[in-house]
Amino acid sequence: MSIRFFSPILRRRWRRFAEHRRGLLSLWLFSLLLGLSMGAELVANDKPLLIHYQGAFYFPLVQSYPETTFGGEFNTEADYKDPYILEKLQKEGNWLIFPPIPYSFNSIDNQLTHPAPAPPAGRHYLGTDDRARDILARLIYGFRLSVLFALTLTLIGVLMGILAGAVQGYFGGRTDLILQRLMEIWGSMPELYLLIIFASLFNPSILLLICLLSLFGWMGLADYVRAEFLRARSMAYVKAARALGASDRAIIFRHLLPNALTPVITFLPFRISGTVLALTSLDFLGLGVPPSTPSLGELLQQGKANLEAWWISLPTFIVLVSLLLLLNFIGEALRDAMDPRKES
Amino acid sequence: MATPLLEIEQLRVDFHGEAGCIEAVRGISLTIQPGETVALVGESGSGKTVAALSLLQLLPGNAHIRAQAIRLEGRDITRLQPEALRHLRGQQVAMVFQEPMTAMNPVYPIFRQLAEAFLPDEAGEGRSQQALRRRAVELLAMTGISDPEQRLDSYPHQLSGGQRQRVMIAMALARRPRLLIADEPTTALDVTIQAQILELLARLQKELGMAMLLITHDLPMVQKTANRVYVMRHGEICETAATTTLFQSPQHPYTRQLLASLPSTLPPPRLESAAPLLQVRGLHCHFPIKRGLLKRTVGHVKAVDGVDFVLNRGETVGIVGESGSGKSSLGEAVLRLNEGRGALWFDGQDLQSIDRATLRGMRRRIQVVFQDPFSSLSPRLTVGQILAEGLEIHAVEADAAARQRRVEAILTEVGLPLAHLERYPHQFSGGQRQRIAIARAMILQPDLLVLDEPTSALDLSVQAQILTLLRTLQVRHKLAFIFISHDLRVIRAMSHTVLVMWRGQIVERGETQALFAHPRHPYTRQLLTAAIHLSTVPAG
Repeated sequence: MSIRFFSPILRRRWRRFAEHRRGLLSLWLFSLLLGLSMGAELVANDKPLLIHYQGAFYFPLVQSYPETTFGGEFNTEADYKDPYILEKLQKEGNWLIFPPIPYSFNSIDNQLTHPAPAPPAGRHYLGTDDRARDILARLIYGFRLSVLFALTLTLIGVLMGILAGAVQGYFGGRTDLILQRLMEIWGSMPELYLLIIFASLFNPSILLLICLLSLFGWMGLADYVRAEFLRARSMAYVKAARALGASDRAIIFRHLLPNALTPVITFLPFRISGTVLALTSLDFLGLGVPPSTPSLGELLQQGKANLEAWWISLPTFIVLVSLLLLLNFIGEALRDAMDPRKES
Repeated sequence: MATPLLEIEQLRVDFHGEAGCIEAVRGISLTIQPGETVALVGESGSGKTVAALSLLQLLPGNAHIRAQAIRLEGRDITRLQPEALRHLRGQQVAMVFQEPMTAMNPVYPIFRQLAEAFLPDEAGEGRSQQALRRRAVELLAMTGISDPEQRLDSYPHQLSGGQRQRVMIAMALARRPRLLIADEPTTALDVTIQAQILELLARLQKELGMAMLLITHDLPMVQKTANRVYVMRHGEICETAATTTLFQSPQHPYTRQLLASLPSTLPPPRLESAAPLLQVRGLHCHFPIKRGLLKRTVGHVKAVDGVDFVLNRGETVGIVGESGSGKSSLGEAVLRLNEGRGALWFDGQDLQSIDRATLRGMRRRIQVVFQDPFSSLSPRLTVGQILAEGLEIHAVEADAAARQRRVEAILTEVGLPLAHLERYPHQFSGGQRQRIAIARAMILQPDLLVLDEPTSALDLSVQAQILTLLRTLQVRHKLAFIFISHDLRVIRAMSHTVLVMWRGQIVERGETQALFAHPRHPYTRQLLTAAIHLSTVPAG
């Protein structure tokens, strides 16, 4: 039997969360931004959304067409920024729709009139970076990468943390003692140095980064879950379940876990914001995602290298701060909503 | 008549919270004469503590206190400034709380906390540390605590419950208040200690000539100590009378119901052909005490130390003793929930030597109901899920529909409406939760039910209902009970035989009536004397 999702406890918590106007607003804003950035390809892309060419419709986002389709000469994928192709696509009743920002995160604008980094202008709303790439496009993709990365890492960390904490808390005694000592040894490894070493050993990739950060990210949470399990283990309802003949597994999953999730959920937004910050810092140091990947840290690094180009650092800073603020406001409201002292 | 010490007229207290406005106290009036003991009696949630706390304005910020007048020695104290209010607290009105452990600050020794009580006027100029200590020792000695000198440097956790309550009383009396509000001062204590604390309060009251407002749900205690009684219900006072009058001829139906709730019946008759169901021989339950870095075992707490008894089908064995006497460990050992050693024979089967799988099967036949109905039900499961769990584990019914019928049948049997199946434990009162816990145990149709203080956390009238339910179930299903309690009245009302436990051992055993009439062991006598009210309470 599953735990009813909309239990009265949950409904009451949601009500308390909703009473927190700032938290609720932050949650909506965050969801909106996340939703928008999920469709980043539709918002910022150097391929048109739709092409009407000689009576037929083409969708370059879904399918790649060789230049020859549109009367070009090469068999490679059409470059829709090429004035030659563009001209062909716009004359004689042909038309095409570009996204609001006609640049992807890695499209280099070869027709800049100003040397890169170019300041904001009609062509690039927030200017370009020093490789003539559109800042706004990179910000949108970078935001998505940061959030997705943080969500993945948090999910892995939460699952591992719950598992480790549950095992320690439920079995207690020697198991708990040994696992705690192992965690202490593991936790005292210098995370940053390991990252530097691994960054030089392997080709940097997002997957590698997720693996490495996951190895360390679960420990803080495991302690909370362990404490909750230790507390709940001696509750009368667990004794009653054992007296009923319930197995260890049933007790853990049915009786203990639902009650141990409070700290997990409470810390979720804070963990996410912490991970966003961690990724940004690593990218800033050049230890994070591979070069050319759109990332907030890489943008900050560029801003530092080109101090006079304020249009690089300032928007990145604003995006980063807003993201962290939103997450923290959500976390604050969530913390209040889950506060056991407010449960009657 | 002289000016009353305290006069309350039309006191109302509302709480404004998430769920709207809750009227905790709805216009009560109350007077206390100097030197008089007045009892405020009511069940939990009746608003008696709120009323007392509102006198000293100790309620949280969302409480709204309105009163026509609250006069202390003729002076209206409803609109006192914080400064004057502080002066009032402790100086003229002092309070003793129910739980002495949480009412004290765990990180300071007794002396610092006592000294704080008389700090403002006596600690100032010229009062040396020695003088303060002398004063503190005097105060402690007054409460009859042993070695008052040494106690000053103890921390709260180093004292026993009774000692802590004595320290609390000493703190309350430090400034010779005119009125002492005692909020359930003995509820958290053992029976023998309760009697001592009550005696102490009565003596000090006489010596110091103060008045006492005793807030309690314990009727026998009221009968012993109070001059006048106010009976409170749903935030209103429904009856007030001199104590003897009230106990002899209660007027209000609620008071009558309350008095009738005192357990006074006899256990149901024994089965005619009673075969032994459970045989316990030489049961030991030792918990190792571990010390030091390497956690070496330096000794054992002998929670249960060589207990044997036989329980027949359909009968009840009552196990009585104070907290720490090992009664609960004994219950858990019978349930095989702890590492108890010794012979345990249940219905001809040796419970100690069977393998895990068989044991889990056997668990169906031995079930348990715990004391605290708030922690004994999984908070995230509905009542229906809680009740069905046992059936699922033991695969009692094959299909869900049959299980559902069983669940509904048992819910009806314990007296709860079917609509409650979808609700969660926190939506129920203590008594209802205890019914659910009983239903959870009963649904597996066990032969033996271990009842570990099943009514101690409940109000008197609810306790009476639960006891009636248990008795009905026992007769209908030929159940055997192991009834663990510290409450002699409940034990006498439920048990066929009684075991008196003291420090892990059974010091006396016998048929209930015989044991209560002629206790032999000094400890049993002490227990019975402590509960003197036992025989003086009318049967309803």
